[in-house]
Order: sequence, then C-alpha cells, then structure tokens
Amino acid sequence: MIYADNAATTKVSEAALAAMLPCLTQVYGNPSSLYAFGQSAKEQLEDARARIARCLHADPKEITFTSGGSEADNQALRTAAALGAKKGKKHIISTAFEHHAILHTLDALKKEGFEITLLDVHENGLITAQQVAEAIRPDTALVTVMFANNEIGTVQPIAEIGAVCREKGVLFHTDAVQAAGHLPIDVQAMQIDMLSLSGHKFHGPKGTGVLYARKGIRLENLIYGGAQERNKRAGTENLPAIAGMAAALEESVAHLSETTEKLIRQRDRLIRGLSEIPHSTLNGDAVHRLPSNVNFCFEAIEGESLLLLLDDKGICASSGSACTSGSLDPSHVLLAIGRPHEVAHGSLRLSLGEDITDDEIDYLIASVKDVVTYLRNMSPVWRSLNEGKQPFVLP
Amino acid sequence: MAKALIAMSGGVDSSVAAHLTLQAGYEGIGCTMRLYDNEDAAVSGESTCCSLDDVEDARAVAFRLGMPHYVFNFTEAFRRQVIGKFIRCYQCGKTPNPCIECNRYLKFEKLLERAQVLGCDKIVTGHYAQVVETDSGFQLRRGADASKDQSYVLYMLTQEQLKHILLPLGGLTKTEVRRIAEAQGFVNAHKSDSQDICFVPDGDYARVIQAHTGETPAAGDFVDLQGNVIGQHQGLIHYTVGQRRGLGIAIGKPAYVCGLDVPRNRVIIGTNDDLFTDTCTVEAVNWIAGAPPQEPVRCQAKIRYRHPAQPATVTFTDEHTAVLKFDASQRAITAGQAAVFYDGEIVLGGGEIRSVP
Repeated sequence: MIYADNAATTKVSEAALAAMLPCLTQVYGNPSSLYAFGQSAKEQLEDARARIARCLHADPKEITFTSGGSEADNQALRTAAALGAKKGKKHIISTAFEHHAILHTLDALKKEGFEITLLDVHENGLITAQQVAEAIRPDTALVTVMFANNEIGTVQPIAEIGAVCREKGVLFHTDAVQAAGHLPIDVQAMQIDMLSLSGHKFHGPKGTGVLYARKGIRLENLIYGGAQERNKRAGTENLPAIAGMAAALEESVAHLSETTEKLIRQRDRLIRGLSEIPHSTLNGDAVHRLPSNVNFCFEAIEGESLLLLLDDKGICASSGSACTSGSLDPSHVLLAIGRPHEVAHGSLRLSLGEDITDDEIDYLIASVKDVVTYLRNMSPVWRSLNEGKQPFVLP
Repeated sequence: MAKALIAMSGGVDSSVAAHLTLQAGYEGIGCTMRLYDNEDAAVSGESTCCSLDDVEDARAVAFRLGMPHYVFNFTEAFRRQVIGKFIRCYQCGKTPNPCIECNRYLKFEKLLERAQVLGCDKIVTGHYAQVVETDSGFQLRRGADASKDQSYVLYMLTQEQLKHILLPLGGLTKTEVRRIAEAQGFVNAHKSDSQDICFVPDGDYARVIQAHTGETPAAGDFVDLQGNVIGQHQGLIHYTVGQRRGLGIAIGKPAYVCGLDVPRNRVIIGTNDDLFTDTCTVEAVNWIAGAPPQEPVRCQAKIRYRHPAQPATVTFTDEHTAVLKFDASQRAITAGQAAVFYDGEIVLGGGEIRSVP
C-alpha cells in the first residue's frame, strides 16, 4: 500500500508514540490534582506547552490546547469577533478557499451581523498582501488567511500579510493546520496574532491541536467548565495526545530542511510525470506550494471513480472533500481558483509522506496514467470531446 | 467470481436484494447514490430520503453482509436530468414522473457506467419486476407481488441494459422480503416504504419548483369548456389533470381540472365525465424487444403507476411515436405521465404521454 493522503492525516511517529505511552499508563494523573502524582502530569503538560511554543517562536503562555484544528479555528474567529464587536468593528477579511472550519464559522458570524469579505485567490491559488491592504477598512476586526491550502497546497505570503495587518492595527489569524511541521513558522517574525494547528497532520495523534494567541489577546471560551487552559478551554487535558503532539512537532521541525529538500525533489518528479497525461493540469502555484502536495485535474474523469480504482492498486489518495455521507463534493477550493464544475470533479490530491521512495513515486505516476487511460476509454464524455462534439476545457 | 454493483437506498427492499445477490454467488459491492441535498428539496434539516440516516442504514447492511459500500455523489446529474426535467414538464402544463427519469438517467445509465468502471457485470436493484432471458432476447415482466409490481417504472430499459440487470425481488412478495430482512437481522427490516417523490419530502412540489426557478408562477383564469372565465388560478404548476382539491370554484357539480392551456395561462375546468377519453399520443417510445412493430398491437396499457392495465391498441406512427387507443375511455389521461404496454405479464414497452386529443 502507498499512503499518499498525508494531508488528510498521518501515521503517529515512533517519537510521538514513545512520548504518549507513559502518559497513558504511568503519569496518568489529572494535571489539576493537588497531590504530587497529579502535579507530575501537570509538569509534563507544561513541558509540552513550552516545547511547542519554542517550535513556533512563541511564549508558552500564548499556547492553548484544543481538540484540534477546527476548534482552534472556531475559537480564534469567535475571539476576534467578540473583541471587534466591543469596538463596533464587524468586518472580517478572509479568502474563498479557506477550510470549512473557517468558512462555516464565518457563515455563522455573518448571520450574527458581521460583514465578510472573501478575497479572490486567483488562478494560481495565491493572494497578495496588497489585496489585504486594500480590503482593510476602519471597521475591520480580523484578517484570517490560511498559511497553506489543504487541497492545492499553495503557501500564502504570511509574513507580508502579517506586516500589513500589524501596520494597520488589525488582528491577523492564520489557519496553519497544513503548514505546522512542514514549513518554517515564526509567529514573531511573521507578525501573526493567532494561529491554529492540528497534531495529527505532522505525525502526532488525532484529537489534539493548538491555538496560539499573542499575549494580550483575551480568548473567548467555546467550552465552559473547569479552569483548565487558564480558564479558556474547560475539560481535563488530553495529556497523552498533547505529549505526542509536542514530540512529533519537535521532530518534524528538527528535520525540516532535509525533508523539505527531499520532498520537493520527489514532488516535482511526480508533477512532471503526471503532466505527461494529456488534457490535465496542475492545480495551484508550482513554486509557492507545500513540499508534499500534488493536485491535478484530469478532463473527463470523475474523482470518485479515479479514487476507487487507485484504491484497487493499493494507493490511498483523495479528491475534493468528503461530505458527511462519505460521498465527494466538487471542491470549493478548485471552484475558487476558477476551475469549471466538470473539471473540478475530476481532481486528484496526492500528499506525500516523508518516507516515500522514488520507486513509489514512479509507481504512483504509472498507476494514475493507467487508471486515467482506462476511465477515459470508457467515458462517453471523453468520446464526445475527441469527436469534437464539445470543446476540451484543459489543453 | 462475477461482480455485482448493488444500489442500496437504505431501505428494506434493496437490502434484501443485496443479501440475495451474495447468496446467488456474486461478489457484491454496495453503493448508495446521493441524489440531492436539502437545498434541492428546499428544506432545512435532515428529514429527507437521501439523508444521512438512509446512507448509514445502507452502510450498516453492507458491512453486515461483509461487502464494501460506497456513496456516489450524483447530485449534479440528478439536478440536471431529473429535477430540471420535472420543472420543465410542469411548466409545460404536464405532470411528470421523476422516478422514471431517475431510473433512465441515474440508476440504469450513470450507475451502470460506474458498475462497468468497477468491473461489475451486473447492477442490482430492489425493484419488484423480473428480467427473463429468452431465445429472442431479454424480457421485462411484472413482479410476482401484484400489489408491489414496479415494472411500470422500468419500461425504458433496453436489451443492452437488461443484459446487465439483476432484480432479485422479482419473484417475491413484500411479506417474504420483510421476513428475509428480519431473519438477517437488518436494521431496516421494519422501515416503512418510501413515499412518492424523494426530493419533495412534504409533497409540496410547487414550493420546490419555486425554490429552483426563483419565480412565482403567474396567476391566470379558470375557464369552463366553452372558454368562459369562471375564476382565478394561482399559477399553472399548481394544477394537474383530474385534480379536484384546492380549486375553490363552484360550477354546480364537482369541478375537476380537465386541461391546462399553457399559451393562454388558463386552467380548463369541467366535470368528472369530461375527464374521460380513449386516445393519446405517446412519444419517446421504447419497445423492449427491439424494432417497433409495423402493425397495430393489441395489449393492456397503464397510464399511471396505480392504474390497472386496460385493453388497448398501440399503433406506431414513426419509430418513437405511437397512438394508444383504449377499448373503453379512461379517466384523466395525463400528459407527462408514462403509458406502458403489457402483454399479460410481459412489458412490451412504453413512452411518455404527449397529448390527449
């Protein structure tokens, strides 16, 4: 099996597992307990917080643990909305291709009277700091722009956007779920006010994440109850997962430059191979993209069929985003970069793991070529395209 | 082992069909088609047929039977080919049968394509009808359970499609099917049968049409058979031939819709007696055996799902058009509905009623 869906989730690393196990069976006390046994759990918790803070160039007090990226995104937006509303600022700037954790929260805020501006992400899947600058108004409460896109992997000019927002005095949040552990992050240098990340995207366990919020930003609670996380996120801390996340992030950051170099070489080899398929196109900018991300559209192909046949060949990949029923919707990201509906349906995302081999890359190329050819030979749409009854969308 | 793709709605029929397919020795792949979302059905909440509960019921049964289960998103094709046609049909003053279009374009075209992609020779559904192979080709026959017979909604099947279709419930009664479901311990053994039109969960089709078109249908005149204006109607899409309820007009006798005059935006009103005619033109006819007959054919014909088949003669006027003449007049022959021709248990073919002279 080749697991090429690391943007969906990743395998827990040895280091993460090793950090987690003692917290499950040995240091299993409640960090809020008074006795020494509980306090040693508290110590582990604070150690994890400090290590994660270091990876982001943040202060440990700026780190709040959540159940994952979606919760962190929700809390960041709710916080900015509450702060803005106090000052009569009810305008939020974002982009059309954010994760649904952002977009659906913005929908909810819109119903509560906020005005939302979604910036155009252009055909290459990138926005510019200038676009942000031009969209900022006196009543802008927040700019939220994802660090790297989960589907097409494009990496935004975060430091430049951070500089614009700081200069204009507007809060800046970034959803860094796909970026953390995969790209260098420095919240100070990049002037990021709030940042979300999720443990299981960089070989940590599922069900844990982080909301970084710059000192002085008073978080709005989503969950009320006990006094955990400085009163800002009630519920007994998931220490095993948090310890695993900290170990995984440290390990990823430590090896960042070597894995980046290797993955970029393999990613570009994969892109070159798939580009040989006629009437196909790479989605998203070729340079400003995650080292692990490859995303293509193939004309006259249905993503669902493509995935099922790749599954048959032992390849785990994805296409669009899965809806609750498990079926696939055409990707809002591909629609946002201007791909027409019929082409957006035929997309394929391969997200590589650090341990993928060159042979596996070649197997991926050969398999996708085979499956696309097979499906096109059976497709009435392909037939009518070739007979000239309808024009090709992709050259 | 031959592979079969089983269309599973989450209901008891298709679940039992899946079980019987595996028993017959096929390697089964279960699938559920996602056909519309709440926006298409113009409702909020999750109370509709393609809702999550049904998908989960289908998945639970597939897992219990030890086979994979996939959900296919066919919402776009369904919107275009079923809902779109449904709306256009009403706008033309006709009364559509969307289940037939769904069978035509979704189940036996798009899903059959998927089956072939997945290397499945057969596609399985839980319809109560039978496919029989004879020396002269495939026949479609009524289901053994006369009260559940669904051959009417399958008249459009061609020889090429019938070759790839398994209908394991064709020889069973609903009671037997429920008994099998209970014996298998299926979660949906006691689930009630699905109702009319899946994307119109509350039966208010006019509201669904308005939600899709964004237009309020124009009000117009009720007229009697002589053309005298006798009242105001709320827009043509609210009326169908034979309708009595919700008219709000008095003509001394019970009043019925006898026709819809689209160009003049009029609803024609008459009495029950005025609804009886014996002839209609049927278009887009599918003759299951292949080439349509040159000579008139004696048959029994149905003009809607619940209509008991009546003696009639079909005469083709060209390859896809025929005149259907009943021996006795029938009540409310309605344009847009399907006319299906039978020879006893055998479905000869059928088409869409175009006009009632």
